[in-house]
Amino acid sequence: MLQVKNLTKIYDGGVKALDNVSFEVPKGQFLAVIGLSGSGKSTLLRCINRLVDPTEGQILWDGEDITAASPEEMRRIRRKIGMVFQHFNLVHRSKVITNVLAGRLGYVNPAWSLLNRFPKEDMEKAIKQLERVGIADKADQRADELSGGQQQRVGIARALMQDPNMILADEPVASLDPVLAHSIMKHLEEINKKDGVTVLCSLHFLDLVHRYADRVIALNQGQLVFEGFPRDINDQKFKDIYGRDAERVG
Amino acid sequence: MKDKKSSASAWKSIQLGLAVLLGLFVYAYGFSVTKVNLEELRSERRQESLTRVTRTLAQPDLITYDKKEAIVNSPLYVPCPADNNLSNIPPADTSAAYVVITPACAKPGETVQVEGFNFPPNITGPIRFVPGSDPQNIVALGRESIKTDGDGHFTTSFVLPNRISAEPQHIRVTISENVGAPRFTQNAKDTWEKIIETVFMALLATTAGTILAFPLSFIAARNLMKSVRAPLTGVALSVLGWPIGMGLGYFIVNQIGIFTIPLSNNIFVNLVSVIATPFIFWFAIRWALPQEETKAPARSMRLIRVLVVFIAILIAFFGFFQLAGLATNISLGIEKALGPFGFLANFLFQVSDILRIITPALGAFAAGGVLASFLGHIGQRTAEKNTKDRVKTINFIFSALAGATVFGLIGALVEWLYQIGHIEYTFWAPVLIGAMLGLLLAAFAQPKATLPTGMVVYSITRTIVNALRSVEALVMAIVFVIAVGIGPFAGMMALGLHTIVSLVKLYSEQVESIMPGPLEAITATGANRLQTIIYAVIPQVIPPYISYTMYRWDINVRMSTIIGFVGGGGIGFLLQQNINLLNYRAASTQMIAIAIVVASMDYISSVLREKYV
Repeated sequence: MLQVKNLTKIYDGGVKALDNVSFEVPKGQFLAVIGLSGSGKSTLLRCINRLVDPTEGQILWDGEDITAASPEEMRRIRRKIGMVFQHFNLVHRSKVITNVLAGRLGYVNPAWSLLNRFPKEDMEKAIKQLERVGIADKADQRADELSGGQQQRVGIARALMQDPNMILADEPVASLDPVLAHSIMKHLEEINKKDGVTVLCSLHFLDLVHRYADRVIALNQGQLVFEGFPRDINDQKFKDIYGRDAERVG
Repeated sequence: MKDKKSSASAWKSIQLGLAVLLGLFVYAYGFSVTKVNLEELRSERRQESLTRVTRTLAQPDLITYDKKEAIVNSPLYVPCPADNNLSNIPPADTSAAYVVITPACAKPGETVQVEGFNFPPNITGPIRFVPGSDPQNIVALGRESIKTDGDGHFTTSFVLPNRISAEPQHIRVTISENVGAPRFTQNAKDTWEKIIETVFMALLATTAGTILAFPLSFIAARNLMKSVRAPLTGVALSVLGWPIGMGLGYFIVNQIGIFTIPLSNNIFVNLVSVIATPFIFWFAIRWALPQEETKAPARSMRLIRVLVVFIAILIAFFGFFQLAGLATNISLGIEKALGPFGFLANFLFQVSDILRIITPALGAFAAGGVLASFLGHIGQRTAEKNTKDRVKTINFIFSALAGATVFGLIGALVEWLYQIGHIEYTFWAPVLIGAMLGLLLAAFAQPKATLPTGMVVYSITRTIVNALRSVEALVMAIVFVIAVGIGPFAGMMALGLHTIVSLVKLYSEQVESIMPGPLEAITATGANRLQTIIYAVIPQVIPPYISYTMYRWDINVRMSTIIGFVGGGGIGFLLQQNINLLNYRAASTQMIAIAIVVASMDYISSVLREKYV
């Protein structure tokens, strides 16, 4: 169970990215986060694993206060939270297998990282995750030789290496075409349903929300403007979320 | 409207005119300051020397031949004998080179025609008058020169000197001919030797500079250091940890070194320890640092592990000293046997010497770093777990201690530099001031808030690097010549130091411009700072690092050619010497050598860059 309580983030320039946001995510739920660009979706997801330090508020995960965790504790918490990014954020010049193994860094002893050594079990696990997302044959290629869809699969494999209890997906399909978008979303769905991993996924397209999400929250200028089921988003709610001039597409 | 426009354009024209005038003024002043004067260039004297120097420069002192000298003497009478009897003159031997003089007698001051046959073609040589009856006489008068044509024939005229004798006298033509294969002059050999020295000086300086600049470049990168923050308790404790740890580390490793001395003379003991210590070290570390653990171990287990790692490191240092001993013993043993490859033994010896010198320093830095980070962690935890008031009290104590330590060390440095000799000025006063500043910091800082330690370290590193970078390598070489004596070693040290500071700047700017995405992704996996650097930063900066390193090698080769001007070894020494001796032909050889090396370096580095970057 993830509880976000009165979360506020004000950036150094004075921009209020999140304004008193509170919600709860039960274990194993697929939660979609929607809203316009700049509405605070990315900031919200990054506050949950403290890539961004919140200004005020509290985030509790299974009763543990993430916002008060020390750096050492944070490392332990982060390794249980996988993250998938819009721009994949792979290390381009490294091999695919190295990128996937990087998901294990929160577990391995840092001293061994100096020598670029991973335990044998991790190597096997990495191949297994690549098989799971269907690109085991690309393991020894450089990450930037892969297409966009393949790169995002590597991103998912990296998140899976963490044995995550929760995955934060920050617009995972926004830079992919619709066909690829569905295949990536299906991977996330499978992880959610099969492994019982909680997924927080920010999305742009409402049809994807309807198809994959159990529940939706919507942000507008940092404020929570909707919380409910995907089917509850009617035209009125839509205009609340996306502004009066917005029109539904797809 | 129209008026406004025209007045605006007029104003613009005036501005432009003023700018042009200002430019003229600036350049006029520049001319007078730099003493531009073409009058001097046009003067005949200058042009003459310029032509002469240019011509000598165009003939580098590069190859030489063995010379064969041949002397052809031809008798004549000065003045003509009274009876005009010239029968004493034997007919010339026409099978070899010979000279015909017409007329065969003349008064002093008169001109005779000298014609030569059967000489080697296209050579020059002096023609002289030898007084007296002995043609081998070394006294020779007058000096003209002859030049033979393609058939080995020449014609010249010679004015007879005022030497009167009844005996036949001689006209002597000396010719020298190149025989055998061309060979390099001594100057060319020296140049070769020094240019090799130059290239290797640059290579070593670049290597040493790169190795040291690599870790420093991460400390000098703003984007990595900005997020490094620690509470005052942690900062104060780790500031205390550095000097204590360094002192302890140096002492312990030195003790190991002393303990090793009696053992290191025996090559078998060396061999056994050098082979055994890595195994022991490896297994101890493998046991004490498991690769992956899901559960935190018990406290007693952790203590045992720390102890094992500590002992393993002590053993490793023992192994280092034994390795140095082994290298020394081997190098002394095989130097004779290697013959022309004796330099390999010397290399081994010097490396063992370096190993022996840097091992205690390494130990000091390692211990300092470990103790500082350990105490920093303790400080961090103390600040997190205790109440605000208690943290504040702790902060007062340790912050004062840390301030006193830092200022005390600065005071010691001042004392060493300026030899003030008053302990109250160089020890007690700084300690007191430091303690006061520490107390002030503890009083004003929020006890639990974090301080931007990363930015402080970043600023200090940047300041030092920029200050050192502004000192040219040539100036640094002067300092190192004093420290290690005249020679290429001083030049290498100077170039190395300058390489470190300039590469730190170039490297760290590359780190600052990496893509932040992968950094974010690796951080999100729970990686710590070191792991983030290894997995997200280094892969991104490797290509620019290689390219900058090559660029720097290029610069170092060019710099090393002139570092000899101040005694730093390399070809510059030879070049400067020859210029000062006005030996322009030799200097020309060195200039050509420099040009070839620089051009080929440029080519090689561009090829390599294209291939690997």
